[in-house]
Amino acid sequence: MIKDLVNPSNFNLMVSKVGDILVRALDTPLGYAINWGRVWSLWPVHLETACCSVEFGAASGPRYDVERFGIIEAFGSLRQCDLVVVQGTVTRKMAPRLRMVYDQMPEPKYVIAMGACAITGGLYIDSYNVLPGVDGIIPVDVYVPGCPPRPETLIQGTMLLQEKIKRSKIK
Amino acid sequence: MSDQEERISETTRLGLEIVKEAEEDRLMTLSVGPQHPGSGHFRFTVKVDGDYIVDCDPDPGYVHRGEEKMCEYRNFIQNIPHLERPVIHDSSNITYSYSLAVEELVKIDVPRRAQFIRAIASELNRQVYTLYWLAIYGIFLGHSTMFMWPTGDRELLIDLLEALTGARVTHAYNIPGGVRNDIPYGFKDRCLRQVSYFEGRLKEYEDIFYNNPLLRQRTEGVAVLTKEDAIKLGVTGSVLRASGVPYDIRKAEPYDIYDEIDFNVQYMKTCDSFARAYVPLLDMRESCHIIRQLLDKMPESGEVRAKLQPNPKGPPGEAYRRVESGRGALGYYIVSDGTPRPYRVKISVGSFRNLLALPHLLVGSKLGDMPSVYWSLNYWPVEADR
Amino acid sequence: MSKSNGSPSGNDKGDVASIVASNNDLPTTSVEQGETGSSIASKPSSSSAVQLKSEKTDLPQFERGIVDGLVSKFGNSIKIIYIKPLRIKIEVPPKDIVEVASHIRDESGFDHAESVSATDYPKTGDIEVIYHLGSYTRENLSSHILALSTRTDRDNARLPSLIKVFKSVEYHERESFEMVGVYFDNHPRNDRFLLPEDWADIPPLRKEFRIKGR
Repeated sequence: MIKDLVNPSNFNLMVSKVGDILVRALDTPLGYAINWGRVWSLWPVHLETACCSVEFGAASGPRYDVERFGIIEAFGSLRQCDLVVVQGTVTRKMAPRLRMVYDQMPEPKYVIAMGACAITGGLYIDSYNVLPGVDGIIPVDVYVPGCPPRPETLIQGTMLLQEKIKRSKIK
Repeated sequence: MSDQEERISETTRLGLEIVKEAEEDRLMTLSVGPQHPGSGHFRFTVKVDGDYIVDCDPDPGYVHRGEEKMCEYRNFIQNIPHLERPVIHDSSNITYSYSLAVEELVKIDVPRRAQFIRAIASELNRQVYTLYWLAIYGIFLGHSTMFMWPTGDRELLIDLLEALTGARVTHAYNIPGGVRNDIPYGFKDRCLRQVSYFEGRLKEYEDIFYNNPLLRQRTEGVAVLTKEDAIKLGVTGSVLRASGVPYDIRKAEPYDIYDEIDFNVQYMKTCDSFARAYVPLLDMRESCHIIRQLLDKMPESGEVRAKLQPNPKGPPGEAYRRVESGRGALGYYIVSDGTPRPYRVKISVGSFRNLLALPHLLVGSKLGDMPSVYWSLNYWPVEADR
Repeated sequence: MSKSNGSPSGNDKGDVASIVASNNDLPTTSVEQGETGSSIASKPSSSSAVQLKSEKTDLPQFERGIVDGLVSKFGNSIKIIYIKPLRIKIEVPPKDIVEVASHIRDESGFDHAESVSATDYPKTGDIEVIYHLGSYTRENLSSHILALSTRTDRDNARLPSLIKVFKSVEYHERESFEMVGVYFDNHPRNDRFLLPEDWADIPPLRKEFRIKGR
């Protein structure tokens, strides 16, 4: 069998087999390393959808300081981001933009729905311009309840997300 | 005209057309927002010619949640929590003018002590708002220290408000007829201590931020809004006062006990971005002064809430009341048809009025000045969209 | 020092008394001089009203002065809805509104619009548009609000725009157009502002627009 593989015409096959073996051997340690990298560099997109952004801003202030959990206040392009924190109400005008931002981000990407409005529509459930929850347009990983959530709640939500990433398998 | 001359003029015309098309091609349209590293939930398109902005078209409405329609389905008391959501970091002020309007419609008297507590809450809240605004202004200009310091000091004030009202930002504290509950034990001393500390900090802000030569270069003389234009455009709040109009609702139309308080309206005459950034700081200093007086003059005991019926309603009529919020005049126009629910509520907010100055100021200024001009307008998109 | 967090006990009969608040203590709520439709020359004739308000007649003198000036200029086209302290409301037919507004700006001194709100009245079949005008330039007017209102048919809601007179109404009128559906003639942009681009329903602040489930 090895002889068959060494044959130049089967070169591609051989590479893939060797690759498979290598991946199987390195999967666990490499996956751990990659996940470790992802856990500590969750960069959120700076897309504010409503009033919860005030508490998001407070969370990156000196008292709560989310940077120590690897959530860096993002000032860069969304091409460098891997986290969307949906900060509150998503209106019908904002929804296509939110989806567009999500689609433009590179994989892997995670979503935190922050605040009651982002989860179910909250106070604005009967408004004519508000989406009843953001999970209709983008897949949500962690829900952070509150109206608005305290910064501590947001931190707890991101730590839950980190747990989730640590346990997820690398593709 | 000879044949040759005609041909020449035809050529000139064509040449001019080509030049004109090339001119139009030089203009570039940039879309700013709604995802951008400043304040989100707002978009505007600018046309630039090289480095200069020649056209600006604001496109708000990303947080339009239909507050005014929702008001028609709830009674006067049920409306309070969702009405403060547009400015959750200035929530005492946005419910203040609502309470004043409802009191006028339902005809309630507010106890004297409650008037003082309301004013204290709204003054503290104004500072909380202005500090957040200042922090974002620091971010806009790339001054990270100015983000960290105000957000840190803001937490102390929020602690104070949390002790007073029970919530971090969404207080629902000013209600028609007074305030929700009395001040906690020891609040007065704590508040005084906080205010003294805070006044010292304001000096440090001035040193690190306002006297910073970089900030001065980026804001001084930039985007001048003259007094005449400011009046014509009907801007309000710090933007108006930075243009040399000493107008403050607390002075012009004193509500509750503001006519017993001694304070000056802070204004500047330089009319530029720097003045618009500096007037809020002067306001905060004056606000500390006001809080001291309020604490001093407050009656030691008494009612804090007039008794209301479960479903308060008044005779048919209308009311227009306004207060001075962190962003300027904040007015409520409420029409009542005699039922417990308002027939029509119109919220006239400072942000929406200041938005008109944005195209006016941006056209003709440089693209690099855009952040400092935009945020100096004291604009909070969520409030403008309602 | 501070009463702990409390509903005031032992005040059971106080509720009615506080609801029917004494008018004399709240100056802004009480004194209504002109009734709907009465011009300023004819004082309210009902004797009880005069008796009640007789000691307050000096209060809205200044406001009456403003309205008198307008009435003497435009006569019957101005309808006085109310004159309270610091608040005046007049109603003008749509054809005169630009002229009256120019006069108010130039002569009376109200130089900017604070808000423009349109209210839908399906019962009478019309839409009322109110301009709340304030003044920055005149010291003695700084606390006053003049509400300039006009009415138009709600099936064909068209009004002349005041943008030539008050630049500050630009976005407010645009908002009224999309929220209540009043078309403003001569306004440069009667188009979408706050609502989403694909909004295909009727204007949301019309009364027949119902929120789902309510």
